[in-house]
Amino acid sequence: MVGNFKMHEWALAEAVLAAASQVVEREGLKVVREVRIRVGELQQVELELFEFALSQLKTDIFKDAKFVVETQRARLKCRVCGYEWVFRKNELDRDSAEAVHFVPEALHAYIKCPKCGSPDFEVVEGRGVWLESIIGVK
Amino acid sequence: MLDPRASIINERLRPVRRIVAVSSGKGGVGKSLVASTLALLLARRSFSVGLFDLDFTSPSTHLILGVDRVQPVEDRGLVPAFVHGLKYMSIVAYSGDRALPLRGADFSNALIELFAVTRWDATDFLVLDMPPGISDAVLDMLRLVERAEFLIVTTSSLLAFETVRKLAELLRGLNVPVLGILENMKMREDDSIKRKVKAIGLPYLGGVPFDPMVEEAIGRVDALLETAFARSLNDVLSRLNLC
Repeated sequence: MVGNFKMHEWALAEAVLAAASQVVEREGLKVVREVRIRVGELQQVELELFEFALSQLKTDIFKDAKFVVETQRARLKCRVCGYEWVFRKNELDRDSAEAVHFVPEALHAYIKCPKCGSPDFEVVEGRGVWLESIIGVK
Repeated sequence: MLDPRASIINERLRPVRRIVAVSSGKGGVGKSLVASTLALLLARRSFSVGLFDLDFTSPSTHLILGVDRVQPVEDRGLVPAFVHGLKYMSIVAYSGDRALPLRGADFSNALIELFAVTRWDATDFLVLDMPPGISDAVLDMLRLVERAEFLIVTTSSLLAFETVRKLAELLRGLNVPVLGILENMKMREDDSIKRKVKAIGLPYLGGVPFDPMVEEAIGRVDALLETAFARSLNDVLSRLNLC
């Protein structure tokens, strides 16, 4: 699948690099050693594709930087009864999983609190893609 | 931790020449019909036009256009579907015909996500069908999307106008461009809304008469564009000098 540009991960990688470039400029970094990224499991980002996109899109300032991508479990909490649970991919059929891949909030159309049945839950963590830290030299 | 998505939104929108946010203070003023018909009329004038339904919890433009769960194409992000001459984006592609209950933070997340990954490419006009009111969608637009110009829809009702006045006041206070206020579903000759709009110093874009044939034309674009409603909106568009 790597090399196939028909991927949503490409857009997410572009966003990460745009944000990272803004941080580098704001902090006046001359060399970037490490970029740490957190990817929530809810969005089911294909890590191989995402890392490939980062490698293809990175600009010169990031050429020697190590991109560390960590995944985070998606934890949901019911706003009605307070029940907390971990999202499991197999809760969704293929079409629903694909919808959540593109727009994680679509989850509210497909699942409910396993305890009380409410669709009013929050994604406590593990939603999308986050730029966690950048290590570099000024 | 930094959410990287906001950093790319204006880059994504750079190829879009003008962004028109069709808004209202209240629901039920015909905003989605105005947004959809305006987009279709612009496309009929040979412009490249996008229509983005931002009313995530109550989307209706897909019904107006008569499209059934059209899917954007995945290509280094999302490329809007092309329907009736429009680049078209609606969350219905992901929620289907199910209810999508979203609180404010979830709404914002969905809005940011779609703006961050959607590739409109070279587009003359991107028409946004905004949800009613001055809550998350308007605030997110003001925070994240540069260059949006607001076209505000009211009816002849003083109740609708009062909410519109507050929306207009908010936008003007923030120096956000307002194209003007459109009086929709006008039932009789009366210039009270026109006078009120002028009193707050905004352009009155015109009155669009109530047209019972519009309901019959929902889902049928060619019939919709033949209605008195569409013809009247076309006159407004000519006066607006958007093009």
